Amino acid sequence: MAPALEPKIRTFELNVYYGYKHALQDVTVDIYANRVTAFIGPSGCGKSTFLRALNRMNDLIPSARTTGRVEIDGINIYDPSVDVVEVRRRVGMVFQQSVVFPKSIYENVAFGLRLNGRIPKAELDELVEYSLRRAALWEEVKDRLHHSALELSGGQQQRLCIARAIAVNPEILLMDEPCSALDPISTAKIEELIDELKSQYTIVIVTHNMQQAARVSDYTGFFYLGRLIEYNRTRELFTNPQRKETEDYITGRFG
Amino acid sequence: MSARAQHGFAPGGVEKRLIGAVAVSVTLIAALCIVGLSIGLLGHFTLAGLPHVTWEFLTQPPRNNNTEGGIFPAIYGTVLLVLLMSILGVPIGTITALYLSEYAREDSPFARAVRFAVNTLAGIPSIVFGLFGLGFFVQFVGKGMDRMLGHEQIVWGKPALIWAAATLAVLTLPVVIVSVEEALRSVPRLLREAALAVGATRWQMIRRVVLPHALPGILTGSILAVSRGAGEVAPILFVGVVYSLPELPKGITSQFMELGYHLFVLSTQSPDVEATKPLQYATTVVLLLLTFALNLTAILIRSRIRHIQRVS
Repeated sequence: MAPALEPKIRTFELNVYYGYKHALQDVTVDIYANRVTAFIGPSGCGKSTFLRALNRMNDLIPSARTTGRVEIDGINIYDPSVDVVEVRRRVGMVFQQSVVFPKSIYENVAFGLRLNGRIPKAELDELVEYSLRRAALWEEVKDRLHHSALELSGGQQQRLCIARAIAVNPEILLMDEPCSALDPISTAKIEELIDELKSQYTIVIVTHNMQQAARVSDYTGFFYLGRLIEYNRTRELFTNPQRKETEDYITGRFG
Repeated sequence: MSARAQHGFAPGGVEKRLIGAVAVSVTLIAALCIVGLSIGLLGHFTLAGLPHVTWEFLTQPPRNNNTEGGIFPAIYGTVLLVLLMSILGVPIGTITALYLSEYAREDSPFARAVRFAVNTLAGIPSIVFGLFGLGFFVQFVGKGMDRMLGHEQIVWGKPALIWAAATLAVLTLPVVIVSVEEALRSVPRLLREAALAVGATRWQMIRRVVLPHALPGILTGSILAVSRGAGEVAPILFVGVVYSLPELPKGITSQFMELGYHLFVLSTQSPDVEATKPLQYATTVVLLLLTFALNLTAILIRSRIRHIQRVS
């Protein structure tokens, strides 16, 4: 059995506004360490907004305003004394579209590592290989590390993004619909990967694919109209939903 | 109407078809005019001027009161002027564009003021820049430097290459700023977020993702701005260009000859304008070639960088 449940991320009455739009309303939730937590819900329900609040990515949107708290290991990341750059290094993120830089495969993985000054070549090589292995991409690219990352297929590019996120040794991995642009085989590979990575990282995944949430996650939350309607163990949520909205959604009555 | 045309897809009336035909013809004629104009213009000057562009013409100074000889000092002066202008103008323009696109909030009063200033600069007639250059650079900055450095003779406080370059740099600033800002804004938001998501600071994101991605656009914009500045005569009239020079400019405080101005001199200030006609045509061809060369360089640099970016 996995180690005891410890909350890694705790949010308290988290609210996000885009201008006058109240996109996220009073979300209070505990996300556990070394588990996969999925958030599902129809488009525009606030699940991506919630995810982006966890590494302060919403800061980049000029009209966005956040209230409430997000605690990681007990520290509120919205506290003025917290360095947002450090938050983002500790909380990695993988996006819906695979965003590779127009550089080589090697340089994509090394990108985050190079941000903190010079690293000896041998050490860099080792970290790049380690990250690519962790992302289950090493075997496919080891002979063409210095080729453009743009030559990779969509699924490979997404695993490259995961390798790039892993390389800076984060504690948490946020995944924003990481498979929505991928074919079923690539999706299966990423899901397998998520399962392997959870021993080392706390993984939060947003998906509109309920089967995926059911397959990969230990905990699932259901968002609707900016509110977290229900949050429970994944099996409980899918087999015995407590709220009518959840039941309607997972049985396909809307969404 | 015939029986065959009773279905719902019958062609419209004669009037509709006529309007359509007129619209096609008018737009086509307008487009043809543009092509004809540019071919005519280039063809005329090339045919009349190219035979006179000889090695001697390119490498010799003018002789006999500008009625014989070549235009080497004017080519030399133009190239120096354009180089200096770029060194002065492109960095300032790029940095301003960086501020506007990366740091300033869209609605901040200061950013609005900067944009207003840029647009205003772009609308000022170029001769006014010349007067500004004389008043500000030569009289104020130049004279001030002489006083501060305690020069006995006037060194900086007179029309000179550096002040002409500075004046042209100011003139081309709006073009540089607008085109560089456009290049910076075209960098996808996702790429920026991806950089920040692995712990890049804002500056690291700009330095490692935004600037490399926008580099072809920045260079193209700068070179286009420069080629625009290279063809300007009015702004430099008061700040350093001269009719003719016994020797090449020795430094940035020297006066200089310039192709555009030389063309004006040949065609209006010569004792025998008819005799200078071949020289005028040849000078025009050289000026055109120089501008084309700059534009071509812009295109080559852009495609080269795009290529490098894909593989490195």
